[in-house]
Amino acid sequence: MPIVLEHVNYIYGQDTSLPVYALQDINLVIPDGQFIGIIGHTGSGKSTLVQHLNGLIRATSGRVLFNDQDIYAKDYNMRQLRSNVGLVFQYPEHQLFETDVFTDVCFGPKNLGLDKQEVELRAIDALRKVGISEEYFKQSPFELSGGQKRRVAIAGVLAMKPQVLVLDEPTAGLDPRGREEILNQIAVLQKETGMTVILVSHSMEDVAAYVDRIIVMNHGKVMYDDVPAKVFSHYQELEQVGLAAPQVTYIMHKLREKGLFVRDDVTTISEAAEEIARCLEISP
Amino acid sequence: MLRDITIGQYYQAESIIHKLDPRVKLAGTIVFIVSLFLYDNLFGYLWAAAFLGFVIKASKVPFKFMVKGMKAILFLLLLTVIFNLFLTPGEPLFTLWKLTVTKEGVKTAVLLVIRLVFLIIGSSVMTLTTTPNNLTDGMEKAMGPLKILHLPVHEVAMMMSIALRFIPILLEEADKIMKAQIARGADFESGNLIKKARAMVPLLVPLFISAFRRANDLAMAMEARCYRGGAGRTKMKPLIYQKRDGMAYLILLFYLAAGILVGKVLL
Repeated sequence: MPIVLEHVNYIYGQDTSLPVYALQDINLVIPDGQFIGIIGHTGSGKSTLVQHLNGLIRATSGRVLFNDQDIYAKDYNMRQLRSNVGLVFQYPEHQLFETDVFTDVCFGPKNLGLDKQEVELRAIDALRKVGISEEYFKQSPFELSGGQKRRVAIAGVLAMKPQVLVLDEPTAGLDPRGREEILNQIAVLQKETGMTVILVSHSMEDVAAYVDRIIVMNHGKVMYDDVPAKVFSHYQELEQVGLAAPQVTYIMHKLREKGLFVRDDVTTISEAAEEIARCLEISP
Repeated sequence: MLRDITIGQYYQAESIIHKLDPRVKLAGTIVFIVSLFLYDNLFGYLWAAAFLGFVIKASKVPFKFMVKGMKAILFLLLLTVIFNLFLTPGEPLFTLWKLTVTKEGVKTAVLLVIRLVFLIIGSSVMTLTTTPNNLTDGMEKAMGPLKILHLPVHEVAMMMSIALRFIPILLEEADKIMKAQIARGADFESGNLIKKARAMVPLLVPLFISAFRRANDLAMAMEARCYRGGAGRTKMKPLIYQKRDGMAYLILLFYLAAGILVGKVLL
């Protein structure tokens, strides 16, 4: 079920002395099954953008279409939309409230009006997918570690079985290991279920290895929208807006400057290793 | 959603009123409110309206911001009018079913509405033109003499400024948690009162936890910077009266005295 944004504008504090143009003329097509990264500096409008996708924020002007239906139409079923487009907020562990992990994950599917058995099946399934084992099910969510809390919170959204999963900075504040774990789990999930995944981040390094498409936001506008290698080839422009390409991009460019003719469109460390090895005619 | 609440909001602008010492604005607000209850004739209210208009004009805050605060007390105003119209004994004007509207009733209703409206607008001029920190600074300084009575003036002021500082933070947090729960299918709007109250649990529990977490962090940060109460503490921007503040006091005095005198002499 594709999502289409047409000329979306959003203004914060429209009638104050300081209106903020958070989004300006956003046009995007998000087809099924894509793994998308949305990158931008703090305040570039990326969080505002994703909140339009499930109707939490209403655009000041413009249209949002989900499955060819205008979500701002008068009798549009917003609840249905919100179960189809699951949104995991920044620091989602701050939304946990139930007495135990399992009940908290049940909250979402229960709100969909499913029967008890289906709710519990979904909760078990979602918790399994994020790698929370059964021994934690009856624990208070507040006793878990930071990384575990976050995975429980993500399970809370997964349990609604969304077709599109949007994660706003899912790795913020985690250590490198926790970060990799979460990102790997999301990648596996995306492959297994074939759902559309949108990953919001300010770090190229985080998303480069996983996504098929990168949307770069700057000052409320879409700056680039392309496959990772193409986006990273603009690494100088990216730097000017306070972003950076992954470190391998810099290494490859430096190597070319020094006369080693490696391809400069690689995005991951393993690809880079292979490419350098190929040029030096050794095995990696 | 929740961000539309505007009570105590500050409106940024470059104006003489913004620049005044907060103590002047505090005193001014008090004088204005007192004057509203001292004046009891038409001239007094015209005089108060003129003064208020003059201050609003000088503050460069759009008038619609002053009126925004009125929405919150609309219900209170309506109630005041209804009770005063129908329940004041005196000379009957006309009768509606079993309720009699009296001449005195109309008079007190109109008076009260004018007083309440002016009171709200008058105090919102102060909050709109003074940052919360500035305001508590002013209060601390104005209440300074009470230290002799061993009242913890500094601590009270600090608590106030922290409380004020936390309002927007907690509002934003509540907004965020609300959205997160709506994204999980929560419904805060429909249902009867009990259902609505129950629906608040997923909002209130995380909000309380976050408030405690933030309070903890703040206390830690204050300790780390060696905060130990008001004794011996200096300010980066101490409040010192300027020439314009003296002028403002004179204008205030003139406003109050002229209103009383003219009212007494003319009528």
